[in-house]
Amino acid sequence: MNQEKKKLTITIPEEEIMQAGHLACQGCGAAIAMRYALKALGKDIILDFPACCWSVIDGPFPYSATQVPLFHTAFETAAAVASGITNGIQAIGNDHTTVMAWAGDGGTFDIGIQALSGAAERNDNLIYTVYDNEAYMNTGIQRSSATPHGAWTTTTPVKHFKKGEKKDIDSILVAHGIPYLATTSIAYAEDMVKKYKRAKEIRGTKFMHVFAPCPTGWKSDPAMTVKLAKLAVETGVFPLYEVVNGKYKLSIKPKELKPVEEYLKLQGRFKHLQKDDIDYIQKKVIEKWEILLKKVEMFGE
Amino acid sequence: MKKVVINGDFAASYGALSAEVKFIAAYPITPQTLVVEKLSELVSDGELKASFVKVESEHSAMAACMGAEAAGVRSFTATSSQGLLLMSEVLHWSARARLPIVMSNVNRAVGPGWSIWADDTDSISQRDTGWMQVYVENNQEVYDAILMGYKISEDPGILLPTMVNLDAFFLSHTSEIVEMIDTEDVRKFLPPYDPKYKLDVNDPHAFGALTSPEYYYEFTVKIHKAMIKAKRKIQEVGKEFGDKFGRYYDMTEAYKTEDADIILVTHGTIAGTAKETVDRLRAEGKKVGNLKIRYLRPFPDEQVYEHLKNAKKIVVVDRSISYGKEGAFYSETKASLFDYNLFVPTYGMIAGLGGRDVSIQTIREIVKTAEDNEPNKIFFIGEKK
Amino acid sequence: MDKEKKYEFNKTEEYPKMVVSFGSTLTNKTASWRTFKPVINEDKCIGCGICWKFCPEPAITPTNPPKIIYDYCKGCGICIVECPVNAIDKVDEKR
Repeated sequence: MNQEKKKLTITIPEEEIMQAGHLACQGCGAAIAMRYALKALGKDIILDFPACCWSVIDGPFPYSATQVPLFHTAFETAAAVASGITNGIQAIGNDHTTVMAWAGDGGTFDIGIQALSGAAERNDNLIYTVYDNEAYMNTGIQRSSATPHGAWTTTTPVKHFKKGEKKDIDSILVAHGIPYLATTSIAYAEDMVKKYKRAKEIRGTKFMHVFAPCPTGWKSDPAMTVKLAKLAVETGVFPLYEVVNGKYKLSIKPKELKPVEEYLKLQGRFKHLQKDDIDYIQKKVIEKWEILLKKVEMFGE
Repeated sequence: MKKVVINGDFAASYGALSAEVKFIAAYPITPQTLVVEKLSELVSDGELKASFVKVESEHSAMAACMGAEAAGVRSFTATSSQGLLLMSEVLHWSARARLPIVMSNVNRAVGPGWSIWADDTDSISQRDTGWMQVYVENNQEVYDAILMGYKISEDPGILLPTMVNLDAFFLSHTSEIVEMIDTEDVRKFLPPYDPKYKLDVNDPHAFGALTSPEYYYEFTVKIHKAMIKAKRKIQEVGKEFGDKFGRYYDMTEAYKTEDADIILVTHGTIAGTAKETVDRLRAEGKKVGNLKIRYLRPFPDEQVYEHLKNAKKIVVVDRSISYGKEGAFYSETKASLFDYNLFVPTYGMIAGLGGRDVSIQTIREIVKTAEDNEPNKIFFIGEKK
Repeated sequence: MDKEKKYEFNKTEEYPKMVVSFGSTLTNKTASWRTFKPVINEDKCIGCGICWKFCPEPAITPTNPPKIIYDYCKGCGICIVECPVNAIDKVDEKR
């Protein structure tokens, strides 16, 4: 064996805070998301989880995968509990510990939006992460307002697949005037780590929207999780950008968007779609992409 | 000690001030609004060094208190009626998480129709959340119950939250003299909150994880045991408070019950009216007494039995009703007596719903109803018939 | 701290008051979830770190060459798909 052999190329922090043995499904995007977030944020952190996949992933009593202080809480309370923690510890003189609410799309786009809006309006000093797998996966793949048009879920069966668009949660948060928002993807680890490190340094409410594919709910091959997350960016389905004090900045700008079909065809949840359905989705993706480019142009740096 | 003339809401605010709470999250609802207004003032004037988060709902108020309390920070909130009902889910959560939060709840009717007046339906419907519930008679007791509430709740053997219930308007908006205790003296009575387990980066734990049937049962048993243990603690703290500050409290307060033929069982402001009525009836030669019940949870079974065992008739007054059954205090009282194999004629009196006045005349009517009727059923006192 | 220490509570009195976790999930060996296993071909490996980076468990060491920690690898296959030089083989689990 060549003893001079180089060290492994490491592009994100090496220390593992999240431990293996957790209960995430094979190829879980949400598990990858947590691993990166904790790498970026370090151990001086307090987490809270509402009902979501991570209520299970973290492990049953008396074990925990995250190995940092963590409060499990009720479905709609992620932001409110984080507000309590951050303002509480501040009142007793702790202004260094990062407080992060970590919720799924159902807990954020739907049932938790009121408390989230409250925290964002008050600009409480916390990071709010939504790991978005586009449906209620923990309860068994029911549609949420983050479910995209065309998708099958157990409450939008094939014959009546989800009609209507995914809620634009990011614009809603931007409208609150928070200091920092970023969309991130588990396929872009370095970008995600960089954004979390930036969020940690900013005071106020930071909203992190992490795209986290779910093989179980998307009926996709667990091995394709990272590939799918990458394709979502490359097709314009989930663009990566930051909004710093209202200013939009693209993080990744594909030279040319790949056809959305490349992304859709790898997922069982879209396999019923006909050509005109796909055309429609393609049209909407382009529309939204162009609106985003306009925002970057108008409100960008 | 300092004497001030304040309403019940302010007494709650000053209770939180004297307890030196470090965190408040609250949402306004009539007739609790004066609590949050006064606290806002105290915090912004720097008189109370605490963080006050003006949340967007009562649900978030309790959720935020849970977050702060779990981080080891003494927390306070106040609500009423619909607000308490909105909190219901997180009332269970905070108790099961063993977070010794103290909250004042102004007892107000629930809608529809809209009613902002006194009625116990709000807190009674939250009886089984794992919160200790104390019902107070006057503004001094509001203030005192908050201080004692923290002491009892934060006891390492208890760790359950306390709800201090005061009647809408009769207390919340009525001014009385309240004696405030000097901060230095409060500190000697109520040490800083320092829980064994909290959200602490130097000793990281996950709280409230997935709990299988293999484990869940025992956690529930532990809450019950803590609640039972709290009975003793409430008495000890009530005595200590009396020794230090001159006002003694227990789980119940018996008034002229020893030789009474008819004993009224009351709570809240009605207890005050009942005691006054007892004096008048006694002057007329009737042997009547009153047992004021302070705690609904934990319920003082032993004391209820001790004070009622020689009565010929037991008359329980409720300001709410469990539809299709009877008032909660009536049910609880009967259950206690049954546990001791005591079978005495009992009467359930429903009075004062939705803020209808319960006057001395009403109490007289209650006593007369018990004298004139067969027992073991409920009567609607003051209903337009 | 022994991250693989097991905690047991056999009587109510032994329980903590609240549901509070003590140990890590490393006590939970998830190897049995696998239907196939990834095997790194060390001769082909270029030490790029991509398999380590994308592992959701994590069950790959940050060494060169990386080692798969088979006690925890659930066999999702992400490392196989993401390896830029196809240095990770998919081998059926034999039971």
